[in-house]
Amino acid sequence: MLNISKLAFRNLLRYKRRTLLTSALITLGVVAVLLFISVSGSFKSMMIGQITDSMLGHLQIHRKGYLASMDSLPLDRNLKGKQIANIKEMLEKNGAVEAFSMRIKLGAMFSNFKETTNIRLNAVNPEQEIQTVPMLTDRIIKGKKEGLLNKGEILVPELIAKGMKVKINDTVVLVATNKDGSVNGQPFVVRGILEGISGPGGRDGLIHIQDAKTLLRISDNEVSEVAIRLRDMKSLDLVFTQLKNELGPIKNKMDKPVFEVHTWQKLSPFFNIARMIDLMTLFIKIMLVAIVLVSIMNVMIMAVYERINEIGTISAIGTPPGKILSLFVVEGFLLGVVGTFIGVIVSLAGIFAMNFFKISFDFGRQKGLLLSPTIGTSDILAIVVIVIAIAVLASLQPAWKASKMDPITALRHV
Amino acid sequence: MALVEARNLSKNYIAGEITVKAIRGVDFTIEPGAFVSFVGPSGSGKSTLLNMIGCLDPPTEGSLTVAGQDVTRLSSKQSAKFRGDHIGFIFQDFNLIPVLTVFENIEYPLQMVQNWPPAKRKKRVQELLEAVGMGDQGNKFPSQISGGQKQRIAVARALVTNAKLVLADEPTANLDRKTANRIISLMKAMRDEFGTTFIFSTHDPRVVDNAEIIFNLEDGLLQPQDGYKGGNHA
Repeated sequence: MLNISKLAFRNLLRYKRRTLLTSALITLGVVAVLLFISVSGSFKSMMIGQITDSMLGHLQIHRKGYLASMDSLPLDRNLKGKQIANIKEMLEKNGAVEAFSMRIKLGAMFSNFKETTNIRLNAVNPEQEIQTVPMLTDRIIKGKKEGLLNKGEILVPELIAKGMKVKINDTVVLVATNKDGSVNGQPFVVRGILEGISGPGGRDGLIHIQDAKTLLRISDNEVSEVAIRLRDMKSLDLVFTQLKNELGPIKNKMDKPVFEVHTWQKLSPFFNIARMIDLMTLFIKIMLVAIVLVSIMNVMIMAVYERINEIGTISAIGTPPGKILSLFVVEGFLLGVVGTFIGVIVSLAGIFAMNFFKISFDFGRQKGLLLSPTIGTSDILAIVVIVIAIAVLASLQPAWKASKMDPITALRHV
Repeated sequence: MALVEARNLSKNYIAGEITVKAIRGVDFTIEPGAFVSFVGPSGSGKSTLLNMIGCLDPPTEGSLTVAGQDVTRLSSKQSAKFRGDHIGFIFQDFNLIPVLTVFENIEYPLQMVQNWPPAKRKKRVQELLEAVGMGDQGNKFPSQISGGQKQRIAVARALVTNAKLVLADEPTANLDRKTANRIISLMKAMRDEFGTTFIFSTHDPRVVDNAEIIFNLEDGLLQPQDGYKGGNHA
């Protein structure tokens, strides 16, 4: 094998410019794919991280039908005492669950005593909420971050704060209607301004869950949703199935399911963007395959054509057809290896440079998001394997032709 | 026992709707250690006959035995193995592999065809390099040596595997008179040293004059001629 490799390597050096150009093309393809995977992967994981860690959590449990009417923030579809107790017990038992947060979601009128506007609010237990969505405090762009908030305080979304000219420590009034139709108002001190992010709930304000109960005159234990954080995102599907299986059989008096469980993917439209990114990555990979296939096949067809007489000679001398085939396949393989190796090195250097120069970008209303591209060993390995396998595959047809060549015809070739 | 034995050997080629009878039922026998030349004008069938003896082209009819083996119906894989084991080739255009050094060119059949161990291989190649008078040229590439030197290397490559038979198709056609004579003398010396049978196809009188056995071919048939020293005619 070493002899074949040596001969193949020398044959590649024989046509230096062609080898260089083909390797450069493969390198370019590998760099394009690896950089795309690293940048898009970084963007995707950053956005998913932000969505799950500062807003949604990894999973949510609602009362059946809540999600369908979520836009109107219905209070009559809240989870009640026994239901909450069931969920709590189930989640505490599940080792994959790191934390969970009980929330009441409500709509209210927000007044600064001069103007009034609508506001959507999440009422939370601050301790539970910080554990469940730890990046939430990072979204507080003004005001104290520690402890999130206390009773009587409100975190106002950025746009409303700006529009209503509300500052830290200002007093505002929230007026809300409870599920019985009775209206109640309550003053709040502005504790902080909350950065808006893309997606559902990304522009909601935050108050303490006890304040929401007072405002809505809820005396029992009642929540709109339970947001769940997992220890490892990889167990998302498993936990989702477990919860579905455990909560699914629980029926109400009308024999209808009581609960519904959703992953963040169902709750956030970003999931479709993430899928589009995955699809684009697939297309880029297909383009890489095409580049490698066409370039190597072209080069190997030329190599066989130019060396017909030589093939005739080695065949006449007694070289077995299998070795002639190997000779050309190894040439293609080496081209793939060289192109891929250089491509991986250049890509890693590119990723290092992007991290070093701290490239930032804007997404929707979010400004200055820092791009921190990374690439996994599995991604690199996958690309290396794909390129080399395609290089070998592309060499097979010309190599097969060479190995099957009639020595007399080949020797007569000028 | 004869090294090559042909009985009623024929080769036809189909060119469109025409069947060309390149060899028309020839009989001949070549003994081991012979220095044989097939002589004839272009198109007489010399190369076709050599190709059949070299197991590069199967006969259409008749029987052909080389080194005790019936080579009439060998598959391409069996032919390649047989050639690698028993036959050496010398070509008109030398046909050295340009990316290999002189040493590696001679080594090629031992390494890629017969899989000799490295130490034994190197000893044998050096032996052959010395035998063809190029012991100090092993590291040169074919592009760095003359035509005559290339043909010497081709002779060494043909002999390196201890082939019983060396086939040379017009081996002196691309060489000047002086070099051609040297190559013929070298081949004869090699025959004397290693006992290898040499069969040429040629119309070069320099080669013909040096041949010990001459087969004259015309229109695919062996013709009797002066100086003919053996073999059977069709």
